[in-house]
Amino acid sequence: MLSDALTLQLGYNAALVAVGAGLLGMAAGAVGTFLFLGKRALVSDAVSHATLPGIALAFMVMVVFGGDGRALPGLLLGAALSAGLGLLCVSWLSARTRLGEDAAIGAVLSVFFGAGVVLLTVIQTLGSGRQAGLETFLLGATAGMVRADALVIAIGGALVLALALLLRRPMLMVAFDPGYATAQGMNVRRIELAMMGLAMAITVVGLKIVGLILIVALLIVPPVAARFWSDRSGVVIALAGGIGGISGYGGAAISATAPGLPTGPIIVLLATAIFALSLLAAPRRGVLAIALRRRKVQA
Amino acid sequence: MMLDARLTGDRPIVDAPAALADSPLAIRGLTVAYGGKPAVTSVDVTFRPGRMSAIIGPNGAGKSTLLKAALGIERPVSGTVTCWGKPLARQLARIAYVPQRASVDWDFPTRALDVVLMGLYRELGLLRRVRPAHRETAMACLSRVGMQDLADRQIGQLSGGQQQRVFLARALAQGADLYLLDEPFAGVDAATEKAIIGVLKSLKSEGRTVIAVHHDLSTVAEYFDRVFLMNTRAIAEGPVATAFTADTLHAAYDGRLASTLPGLSNGTPHAE
Repeated sequence: MLSDALTLQLGYNAALVAVGAGLLGMAAGAVGTFLFLGKRALVSDAVSHATLPGIALAFMVMVVFGGDGRALPGLLLGAALSAGLGLLCVSWLSARTRLGEDAAIGAVLSVFFGAGVVLLTVIQTLGSGRQAGLETFLLGATAGMVRADALVIAIGGALVLALALLLRRPMLMVAFDPGYATAQGMNVRRIELAMMGLAMAITVVGLKIVGLILIVALLIVPPVAARFWSDRSGVVIALAGGIGGISGYGGAAISATAPGLPTGPIIVLLATAIFALSLLAAPRRGVLAIALRRRKVQA
Repeated sequence: MMLDARLTGDRPIVDAPAALADSPLAIRGLTVAYGGKPAVTSVDVTFRPGRMSAIIGPNGAGKSTLLKAALGIERPVSGTVTCWGKPLARQLARIAYVPQRASVDWDFPTRALDVVLMGLYRELGLLRRVRPAHRETAMACLSRVGMQDLADRQIGQLSGGQQQRVFLARALAQGADLYLLDEPFAGVDAATEKAIIGVLKSLKSEGRTVIAVHHDLSTVAEYFDRVFLMNTRAIAEGPVATAFTADTLHAAYDGRLASTLPGLSNGTPHAE
């Protein structure tokens, strides 16, 4: 059964979802590397939680105008708008007030997520009866995903990946030494916003598969695992993309083998397993290698 | 010279000003504040071309902030910065910056050579491939600071002095006319200090301008031609012999330091 899934034998839709999840994972791993190296990993957590009110509002708007409240493009547009607002709030709070970025992240994350949950509750009491499925954006679900949804995810993932590779040089320079990058004439704020914008795009594209609570894991776990294996940023980016891709593809395939297996959590568990392996077994930075070195020194 | 009167009058001592169009770095009325507290207060200073100048002052005097504001890294409350008579933004290609070593994370996954290649960003842009010629340029810069054998090291495995030399090599790769260094000698070994000052002096002999935030008062006269003393405000600017005196130091350090320096007495230049 699992081998069928991994070799795309479970039907066209399941295969499309697995490929889409794989591309999404690759893009997430690559984009996440820039966030991780620039020590901005948690900003993506605020951004992803900030999608929820947008999703709920988009649903309401679409229902009010007599459309299908669950139309994915509309929901993703709403998610992107409120995530963008959340990102600007974090950026503004940390740049223009005396709040640190961590505090700004905490504030934006909880306020937006809380507002989103309230809106979801309101939708439930409205009794339009068709809200079924909005809560799947929390943890992701591929059941009932149609071909067009999978295509949106695959194309979105590929597009973000291409943009991340295009901007890798300035993003790495800003992550390493923003002062020097400024002195070289780079607009550091704009490059950072582009980096966050890519993370936001990953979040929005990945909402359906991984869900907004776990997407941050797909952005951060692959680069953290990849960092154990290499001291070169180009290699870390490639490895993180690979780890994310394998996790996305494998997780989607596994969850397709049985009904009720949640896709997002399985993808994240797979990535976490690779992280645990890297933590233990990586040749120079791994826990085992460090322990062995220590014993050699003592001997 | 009526040093005392001028100092107590809160007016900085300055030479006859250099011609603005020649000065690689001319700062006018620069004020920078952190959270409402001024770190740099209406500083005017005109640095001379082709010289080595030290920026000197006590901790918290705003030296690094002045440098960062001069480069557009800190946004000033007010003031202008011109380089060779034009606005800073149009001259960045001619300016190389060496930040404080402590300002970056040295665990970053990158090799010494890759850091130096960052100095070629203006040439490489977004997508141009790194060619052998670029690598040769970067290696030549590493050789100039005596680091050619460590080009492939992850930067976290370098000593503090070696890291500082990598930063200098990155600046050299830019081939700039003005070098701004933030405490290049802080916490480095003697060999590195010698290597760095050798490179800076060779830059000067090529007609380039070097401006460094400097802490060690005992080496000022040996290393630099000119000093700019500040303590939030400008205190004095000029050749070491006239601007680096017991009086100016007394003014810059609020009298906490001058008496502890041997060989300094009122009005006597520290070095001849």
